[in-house]
Amino acid sequence: MSENIKKFLYVNRKAPYGTIYALESLEVVLIGAAFDQDVSLAFLDDGVFQLTKGQDTKEIGIKNFSPTFRALGDYEVTKLFVEQESLDERGLTADDLQEIIWEDEDDDYAEKPSIRIISRAEMADVMADQDVVLSF
Amino acid sequence: MGTLHTVNKSPFATGALLSCIAHAKDGDTVLMIEDGVYGASSGTNVSDALSARSGAVSLCVLGPDFAARGLDTGRMLDGITSVDYSGFVELAAKSDRTQAWL
Repeated sequence: MSENIKKFLYVNRKAPYGTIYALESLEVVLIGAAFDQDVSLAFLDDGVFQLTKGQDTKEIGIKNFSPTFRALGDYEVTKLFVEQESLDERGLTADDLQEIIWEDEDDDYAEKPSIRIISRAEMADVMADQDVVLSF
Repeated sequence: MGTLHTVNKSPFATGALLSCIAHAKDGDTVLMIEDGVYGASSGTNVSDALSARSGAVSLCVLGPDFAARGLDTGRMLDGITSVDYSGFVELAAKSDRTQAWL
């Protein structure tokens, strides 16, 4: 089966609670994780707001799904690419994002960061390197 | 042969077209569809950004969507190719992948 592994990129460009896109993307990623593909997530434009710390949705009646990103490592989804320029444009830095780690079972379960901050040019390279791109 | 990018929102409502243009690689195709076709006219505040990538990136517009909105082909930005529905299918078929900029 290994020769049938494809590279899937989920592109997230929307803020988390104004529309359903962000939550739907996360649901699809979790479903897709069952299929043993090479999965990456991209966060750019308003999509970077999905990963901010301190989200509290108690008073808007919508589930806060941001903690779910921290579970992705258990589904072997360990590549979350975040675009530096998108952070800059929104007055954010890497410190404003929640910490997301995964355990590398091939490296004595060392904890490694899932979030990789890359430039816009590098994001274009990541996109061009995929077999399938799913946009949200 | 590269990526087919589709943009279906007006560039005056969202940043999708500009973000798409900023991420498209040389040899890619950007196809404006639905309200995305509003980006294909000349003399707008996104014309320069498109023109700067025209050539390196193939810029296309879905003709039926352009016509439906009463847009003037005479004012279409130079270098934009109009395609019909079968042209859209051909672009998708010959591209390595498609990417929608929602």
